[in-house]
Amino acid sequence: MIWATVLISSLGCFLLKYAGMAMPDAWLSSPRVQRIANLMPVALLSALVIAQTFGVGQTLVLDARAAGVAVAIVVLLLRAPFPVVVVAAAATSALLHRL
Amino acid sequence: MNQEVELPDNERRRITRDGVSLAFTVGLYGTAFGAAASSSGLSPWQALALSALLFSGASQFAVVGVGVITSWPLAVTAITGALLLGTRNALYGLRMAPILQVRGLRRVAAAQITIDESTGVAISQEHLGLPAMRHGFWVTGLGVYVFWNSFTLLGALGADALGDPAQFGLDAAVPAAFLGLLWPRLKGRTPWAVGMAAAITVLILLPHAPVGVPVITSALAAVIAGWKNGGAK
Repeated sequence: MIWATVLISSLGCFLLKYAGMAMPDAWLSSPRVQRIANLMPVALLSALVIAQTFGVGQTLVLDARAAGVAVAIVVLLLRAPFPVVVVAAAATSALLHRL
Repeated sequence: MNQEVELPDNERRRITRDGVSLAFTVGLYGTAFGAAASSSGLSPWQALALSALLFSGASQFAVVGVGVITSWPLAVTAITGALLLGTRNALYGLRMAPILQVRGLRRVAAAQITIDESTGVAISQEHLGLPAMRHGFWVTGLGVYVFWNSFTLLGALGADALGDPAQFGLDAAVPAAFLGLLWPRLKGRTPWAVGMAAAITVLILLPHAPVGVPVITSALAAVIAGWKNGGAK
C-alpha cells in the first residue's frame, strides 16, 4: 500500500512537471488557471498546518504540537531561516513531552 | 529575453555559488522530511524513493502528512494532496520550456528538477540572458536533487535509530515545516483570505468528515478565489 502510494504520487507529479514543459502553452497560460495554481499551495498548506497541528484522526486536540507551532510562528516573525523554524518547533514539543 | 549573449566567467561562478548554497540550505530540510516519513511508517527506502522520484518538497510532505497509510482512502488522500500541490510545477515547466529548449532525455531530466528553487534562480538571472538562466536552472536543480536525497536518507535512518518520534518533537516539526513553506506565500490580501478559508474549512470538517477529506476540500478555497478574481487583472 505504501509503495503503491509512493509510486503513483511520484508518477503523477512527474507527469505534471513534464506536461508543463511539453504542452503548447494555450491551456496552462490562461490567467484563471495560473491564479488557481498559484493559490493552490496556499490553501493546501494552510489546511495541512491546521490538520497536522490539531488533528488526531477525526478529533481536534490541543497538545504539544500547538505549542511547537506557536513557537514556529514567533521564530518566523523574527525572520529565521527554514531549518531553524522546524528545529524550534520540534525542540518545544520535545521539551513538553519530557515535562 | 531572446539574447544568446556570452556568459562571463565571473557571472557563471556567481550563479554556481548562489545555486549551490541555496541547494544546500534547501537540502538540509530533507532531513526533516526523512524523519517525518519515518514517523509515518515509511522505510528509509520508501522515503528515499519519494525524494528521488517525486522530488517536490510540499507534495512529499503531503504524502507522509496523512499518517500511516493503512487503507485505500488514505492512499487516495495522500496522492490527491501531492498532485494538487504539484500543479504549480506544471506552470514552472511552461515558463522554463522556451528558456531551456530541451528534447528527449534532457527534457525528462529538466522536467524532474523543475521545482520552486531551480525556476526561481533561473528567472532571477533574466537580465543576463538565456545562458545565465539555463546555468542557474541546472546548477540549482541538480544541486537540490543531490542534497535533498542525501539528507532524506540521513533523516530517515536517523529517525529510525532514535525511536519514538514524539519524544524528539517530530510531531510538531511536520506542521511547522508546512508553516515554513506557507509563510513566504502569504503576501497580499487574496492569499491571506484563501489561507484563512482553508484553515476554517479544516476546523469545521475535521470532526465530521473522513480523514483527509477536509484538507482536499480546502482546495476549493483556491479554486473559488482564483476563479472570481477574473476581472481584476
